[in-house]
Formats: sequence, C-alpha cells, structure tokens
Amino acid sequence: MTDQPRVHDPKVPSSLALGPEIDHEPAGGAHTISRALPGDSSELLYEYGLEIEARSQWGYARKRFFRHRLALASVIVLAGIFGCGILANYIAPYSYKEIPYISIAGTSVIDTSQILAKPSRHHLFGTDSAGRDTFSRTLYGIRTSARVGIFVGLLSTLIGTIIGGLAGFYGGWIDNLLMRMTDLFLTLPLLAVLLTAAKFLNSSTPTTLAVLIACLIWTGIARIVRGVFLSLREKEYVEAARAAGAGDFRIMLRHMVPNSIGPIVVAATLTIGTAISLEATLSFLGFGIRPPTPALGALLDEGQEAGLDKWWLVTYPGLLIVAIILCINFIGDGLRDALDPTQRRVRA
Amino acid sequence: MPEPLLSIRDLVVEFSTEDGIVQAVDGISYDLYPGETLGIVGESGSGKSVSTMSLLGLIPQPPGKVVRGEAFYKGKDILKVSKKELRHIRGNEIALIFQDPMTSLNPVLKIGAQIGEAIKTHHPDEKDDRIKERGIQLLRIVGVPNPDRRYEQYPHEFSGGMRQRAMIAMSIANSPSVLIADEPTTALDVTIQAQILQVLKKAQDETHAATILITHDLGLIAELADRVIVMYAGKIVELGDVHTIFESPRHPYTVGLMDSLPKLNVEEDWLRPIPGQPPSLISRPPGCPFHPRCFLSQGRVRCREEEPPLRPIAGTAHLTACHFAEELEGHTGPLVESVGAGV
Amino acid sequence: MLTYIIRRVLYSIPVLVATSFLIFTFVSISGDPLGRLRANPNISQQRFHAIEHSKNLDRPIVVRYGYWVHDAVTNQFGTTLFGQRKIWPDLQRVMGHTLQFVLTAIILSVLIGVAIGVYSALRQYSPFDYATTTISFVGFATPVFWLALMLQVVVVNIFLKWHVRVFYTSGLSSPFPGHGLHWLMDRVQHLALPVIALCILGVAGYSRYMRASMLEVLNSDYVRTARAKGLIERRVVMKHAFRNALIPLITLVALDFGAIFAGAVVTETIFTLDGMGFYFINALQASDPYPVMAWLMVVATMVIAFNLIADILYGVFDPRIRYD
Repeated sequence: MTDQPRVHDPKVPSSLALGPEIDHEPAGGAHTISRALPGDSSELLYEYGLEIEARSQWGYARKRFFRHRLALASVIVLAGIFGCGILANYIAPYSYKEIPYISIAGTSVIDTSQILAKPSRHHLFGTDSAGRDTFSRTLYGIRTSARVGIFVGLLSTLIGTIIGGLAGFYGGWIDNLLMRMTDLFLTLPLLAVLLTAAKFLNSSTPTTLAVLIACLIWTGIARIVRGVFLSLREKEYVEAARAAGAGDFRIMLRHMVPNSIGPIVVAATLTIGTAISLEATLSFLGFGIRPPTPALGALLDEGQEAGLDKWWLVTYPGLLIVAIILCINFIGDGLRDALDPTQRRVRA
Repeated sequence: MPEPLLSIRDLVVEFSTEDGIVQAVDGISYDLYPGETLGIVGESGSGKSVSTMSLLGLIPQPPGKVVRGEAFYKGKDILKVSKKELRHIRGNEIALIFQDPMTSLNPVLKIGAQIGEAIKTHHPDEKDDRIKERGIQLLRIVGVPNPDRRYEQYPHEFSGGMRQRAMIAMSIANSPSVLIADEPTTALDVTIQAQILQVLKKAQDETHAATILITHDLGLIAELADRVIVMYAGKIVELGDVHTIFESPRHPYTVGLMDSLPKLNVEEDWLRPIPGQPPSLISRPPGCPFHPRCFLSQGRVRCREEEPPLRPIAGTAHLTACHFAEELEGHTGPLVESVGAGV
Repeated sequence: MLTYIIRRVLYSIPVLVATSFLIFTFVSISGDPLGRLRANPNISQQRFHAIEHSKNLDRPIVVRYGYWVHDAVTNQFGTTLFGQRKIWPDLQRVMGHTLQFVLTAIILSVLIGVAIGVYSALRQYSPFDYATTTISFVGFATPVFWLALMLQVVVVNIFLKWHVRVFYTSGLSSPFPGHGLHWLMDRVQHLALPVIALCILGVAGYSRYMRASMLEVLNSDYVRTARAKGLIERRVVMKHAFRNALIPLITLVALDFGAIFAGAVVTETIFTLDGMGFYFINALQASDPYPVMAWLMVVATMVIAFNLIADILYGVFDPRIRYD
C-alpha cells in the first residue's frame, strides 16, 4: 500500500519501485548475501567482448554448484543434521520426555544429581531442570523444525508460483491484488502479523503453524515468479508457441515454468530457512509449538527460564538453529549461482 | 619517419576466468606517430579495446593483468611507472573517449563539475572561475548549444549525442598529445554518428593529438584513419596505411571483413559474412588462429601447425601475418571492386 | 519539492485507511476476543452480553470497524477490552522508549554497515573482506532472539564469575538511575545489549548490500571515466563511487524499518524493556484486540512515514529524480 503512489508515479524512476532487485529479507533470508570467487570474471570478460567456450546450460549449472564448495559442504552437513532429527527415535540416547529415576529403598524417585547437569559424556548437551537430556530433546526439536521448514517451503512455493504465475501471465486485477498484498506486508511487520494470527488462531501443532507461516510468506516467491513470468511473456519462444496455437495453460507449463525453475528453486530453498527461523521465534515467544511437542524454540524458552547461568540449555539448541539456517542459505546461494546466473551481476 | 610518440612492444594481457587464463592480447607491437590517426579494427573479442585500456591501467585488475611488454611514451615505459606518474599521464597527456556516453558520465554530478574536475586535477592552482570559463569554451568547441546553461546541467538532461560531445570536451580539456577513442560512435544513432565524427575531427584539429581510433566500423576507419591495424584473436594480423589496406588487403581475415561490407555499386542479394565463429581464447586453435575460417587455408598443414609471424610484404611498411599472403596478390578491396574473390 | 511532499502525504491517507481496514478485519477474523469469557461458567449470560454490548461486539464487522475508527480518531484509540485502561498514554510512553533504542540501532547499523561494506569492496578478497563476509553470513543465519539470549548468557556469566557488571540484561533503567551523566550511563548500560542484538542483522545486511553496490559502481563506466581523467583514487572512490553506491541503500533502510520493529518485539521481550514490542506481546497474551490494532496502526503509520522520508532523501541524493 505504501508504495502505490511510488510505483504508479511516472516521475519517480522505476528503480524506486519494489522489484526483485531489492530483495532484502532481514528475517533470516540471505537474499542480499552473495559470493564472488576470485577469478569469477566471466561477465567482465563478456563486457570486454572476449569469447569463452560455450557449454551446455546444465553443465554450467552443475559445475557452478560443485565449485561452490561451501554449498556442497552445506548439503552434507544439513543432510546430517536433518537425518539425525528424522531418525531421532533411533539415535537419541534418551527419549524426549525421559526423566531419570533411581530406586532408593525400593521406591523410585527422581535422580536429583541428574538435574541441570553440565554437558558430560552421558549428556552431551547437559540436562534441563527436570533432568531430561538436552541432546535428545534437541534431536526431536530438529525433527519438528525440519518438518515445518520443508512443509512451508513446499506449500508457499506452490501458492506463490500459482498466484505469482497467474499475476505475471495475465496481469490485470490478479496482478493488482498480489502487488497490493505484497505492499501490505511491507507496511506491517511480518512477525507481528504472524504473532497475532498465531495467538488468535490458538494453534500449536507443527502442521497448523506451518500452514499459517506458508499463508503469510508466499508473497515473496509470488513476487519473484511474477517478475520472471512478466519478462518471459515477451520472449520470442513464447510468442512463437502462441502463434503455433498453444493454449495459455500449455505455454505456462511447457515454456514458462521450466524457464523460471531456477529462481523458484532458489527462493524455495531460502524460504525453508526463513520458516525455521520464524517457527523458532514463535515457539520461543510461546505463540508457536507448545510442549509437549518438541521444538527448538520452546527448548530455548525453557532454557531461559532455568536461568542463564545454565548456558548449555540455550547455547546448543540455538547453535543448531544457526547451523541449519546457515547451511540453507549457503545452499540457496550455490543454487543461485548454478541455476540463476543472471542474478549474479546485481549482487556481484 | 619521425620519432614515434607511443611505442608498444610485445604487449601481453591476460584475464583469469573460471575456465582458465585467457590471453586477451597476445604479444602485439605497434607505433603511434605524432599527429596521425591510427585505426584499430577487429570483431568484438579481438582484444582491440583491452590493448589500449591496459596501457593506462584501466582494465579491472584482477582479473586482468599485463603480463609482459613495454609501452614507451616520451621515452618512459608507462607500464612500469608509478601510480602517481601514470595519473599525471591519464587525462593530461593521454585522454580517452569511451563508447557509451549514457553510462560513461557520472549521473549524480553536473556536466560542468565533471569537465572542471578533469582540468582541476591537472591544474590544481587554476582558479574556479577560470576553470568554468574553460569548460564552457570546451563545450562550445564540441558544438553544445547554450554552453553556459548546459554547463550546470546533469547528464540525464543531455541527449546521447550531446553527452558524447561532453565526453569529447572532457577528453580534450588538457590538450592531450594522444587521444584514444574507443568505439566513439557505436552506441549512437546513425544520424548522430556523422555529427560526432565531425566533432572528433574538430577535436583533433584543436589539440593536434595523435589519435588511436578503436572500432569495428570500417567506414569510420576509411573516414578518419591514416594507418590501420587489423586485430584477430588478440593478435595483429595486418598493419598498413589505410589506402593499401583497403585497396590491396593481404590477410584473408581483412579480405573477409571487406567482403562482408554491403556494397552500393554491386547488386547483391546477400551480405557475405565470414564463415564460422571467432575462436575461443581458451582453446585457441594451434597454428594460425584464423585457419578454421580461412578460405586460403583449405586444410593446408602449415596453417594448422605453424603460427604465422607478422612480416612485411616485399619490404614495404605493409605487414601481414599470413603464410600465403602472396596468393592474395591482385585481390582488391572494396574501393576497387573485387572480381572473383576466392570464397 | 513542497508540493511533492504534500502530494505524497495526501496519497498516504487512502493508504492508511485501507491499512486500517485490513488490520481491523485481520484481527477480527483471527479470533474471538471474548472466547475465554464465553467459556467461563462463572459469568452470567447477562453480564457477558453487557460486556459484549459495551464494546459493540454484537454488531456486524463493518459497523464495528466504524466504531473503532471513530474511537481511534476522536478518542485516541479508546480503551482496552477489560479494565478500561486508556491505550494511547501507554502507547505514547512505550513508543518513546522503543524509538530511543530502535533509532540508535538503525543509525549505528547503517554507519557500521556502510563503513564495512565500502572497505570490503575496496579490499575485495582481502582477509578483512573474507572475515566480514563470514561474520555477516553467520549474522544472517542467527535469529535475533537467540542472539539476544546469548548476549545475556555472556554478560550473566561474566558477572557470576568476576562480579563485574558490564551491561544490564533487563529493564530500561535501574531503580535509582541518578541524574545527568549517571542517568545516561545507566541508560547506555541497559540499552547496549538490545541495541547490539538489533544491530547485528542490520550490519550484516547493509555491509553486504553496500559491498555489492560499491563493487558494481567501481566497475561502472563512469568510474573508469573518472580514473581516465587522472583523478587520485581517493577522489574516485569518495566523489564518484560512494555517492552512487549509497543511493539504493536509502530505500533498503526505509523498507527495513518494519522489520526492525519486529526485531524490537523479540528483543524487548527478552530484555523486559518497557517498549512497544513488550507492550504488543502483553496485549496479545491478554487476548485484547484493541491495543493490538492500535499498535499495528501506529507501526504502519511510522513505516509509511519512513518510506516518505526515504523518497525525499532519494531525491536529495539523486538528481535524476524530479519532484514536479
């Protein structure tokens, strides 16, 4: 809404309008981050008119991604972290809720020596105020985070691609509606809107939370897809397909979606990171996933309540959140280099 | 022959890319004499821009790098002088005119400020009102109407042609002895091109500067140049005075360039392009870089295996880098219409 | 210029009206504010209807919107759902506190971010460049709330170990903050950690953006022209590159304003600062839609105002923009 006069004011240059080129998402997204390796100068050379040997598009994509060692390493690390989370039932040394009992004089009582224990060989990440093993709880929390993140990634990509695609292809009212909605989210802080919705919806399962997050953050992807579709609409091969009598649906599916797959994949990847960060924040503030369902944010909340001198309770689960998001951002960056090389110039 | 003003010897410029090292300029040597206009022609990618930009340290480093070579200007090798000395030469002794006037002027500074800055840098003691006076005078020389008013305007208030005039005014501000014009008309409309050509000539008259004119436009060369260098794949393949080159080209690439020009006096249905693509500078073909596209080569072993040196033709100042240049004897360029060119 | 500002302000009015309607519908359909009351068996039907009626909650949503707008305009957002506490004085107080540290955080992160970005662009691929790139990558991946927690953990553990109080981990000021310089020192000690927590993301973002922007400008044709004129490098960088690279950052900072407020929600909750975010969370936890809507409205207004300021600043820096 704020930007309506801006976008439509012909005297203000379009650089002021919110295009995909201003792609800054402080909420954990790494859109402005970019990487340029030394010797990464093919564009420069192109400017100087120097020819470089042609190579197939996928060959380039693969090469670019594999050259991006950080992205490659991130794939491995992330697969490891998520794998441990998914297999938490088998890997975790203790169960999520297991409270240590010992038997004294025939009755079983809570083993107080195990309460708030520092990290040790038995409890890698220490224990919490009920004596539960933080490492095991963290593993279960990762599982929830991974679920939420991937679900949000898929759902918001689906919604965003459909709506953004229709907006970019047809323009008109649907495009107007989309842009106004995007503008609205720029006027209202996303987190505040999310908190309000989460509170009044009073939902606490990972699925409902994921749906809620997806319903609020698909606009980012929609904007990207809209931009790509808008530019593709004018391309010759689309004109050609149209001239050959292809229907709108066929053109979109056969020509436009495959050509915008790069930006979509990149945005979807980064969305997973954003979603995990948002979920953790909501759960930490008590508006997201609530105990007994395990969640990293909720773990941190409990940790804070146990007292900040118990540093292990807040350090380890948080480090894992950072590691997960960091990996996702690196992968997203690697994918951008590989699939969406046009984006690199702006971000050099 | 007078002493050359600028002498370039065995210049090699490399760019490191993700696919390996590219030799953009591969051991070129030439001289520039006072007052002359030297044209450098070639396709994009032939290294014609890089060869001059690198002299003044204006290629991005990294990835670009001058690997070898000397460039003597007034007895000093400007590839080896200090940064400070090089700055005194830039814009003062050797000035540049760039291709795209739309992007070559700073959008947030007034035209006057940008011209004045060029003067002030090399004449720090000059008073501001004198600089402004000189700037307005320069704008008048290059034919900008209302120079007083225009001096205070921003680049976006100028049209493309006017911006290029301002660019030329800026380059001759300090009466340089060498003027390098890198595709000065390429980005402009055809009608504007002719005007800019006149302005360029006027700028030369004004400064008596020796000019290096880099272009892919043979028409521009015919119009302005005294001598011509033809570059292909980072090398000089032919060098000679403009009449010789146009009348009796002695390199098959030059012949191809001439043939690909549309001719007014001959009925032709098609332009005759040079077959094939310019070579990749990474996997450069062995032997003569032009042999895969050459109509003379025809699979000859020597073209494939032995790189032809740049050599004079029959003791003249006309140089060519073709093993079989003599076979082109009798072949005439577009000035004298070619009959039965061997395509 | 003035007419442009007036026109932009006039433009903002329909935007604000639309925003207010969306905020109202959104909050209203999000849930029933009287849900808990309805479920409470100790409250008689009569009493319940009295409360419902006093807040016009038995009317259709459009009518309720009308009442709310009327209340907002004539009565400064009216009162809370229960207890009849006036909203505006509270909001005014917390706004002052929040702006204190949010503006400090914005200014600091822009200054530091720009400095780092410019320096890493000039020293591309230097150890400094790699180090700041790495730090900003990590900064981007760190949720604000966890960063705030870790800052607290560090300070608390320093205090426990060496009994040195570097910074306070909660509150806006000590019970007896003193006067003048003492008061200021006390305030700085209280606000330092929240400001740092808010800054990290800004610094990470702005330094990356500035680096990219600067690199692009440094490779531009007009910077090459400036070098070709024989200017000294410092002048090329400061006069030709820096200003052009700074222009797009203005829009970015303005757009981030909303996000920084969101960051404030988290930070204030963790540091128990009596600010807007803390107020918002408390209102949410009380399931009271009125302060929530008032809060959203105030923040939306501020974001719109910031965008306006950014547009004007943009014009100051970029002569290509005309206001007439």
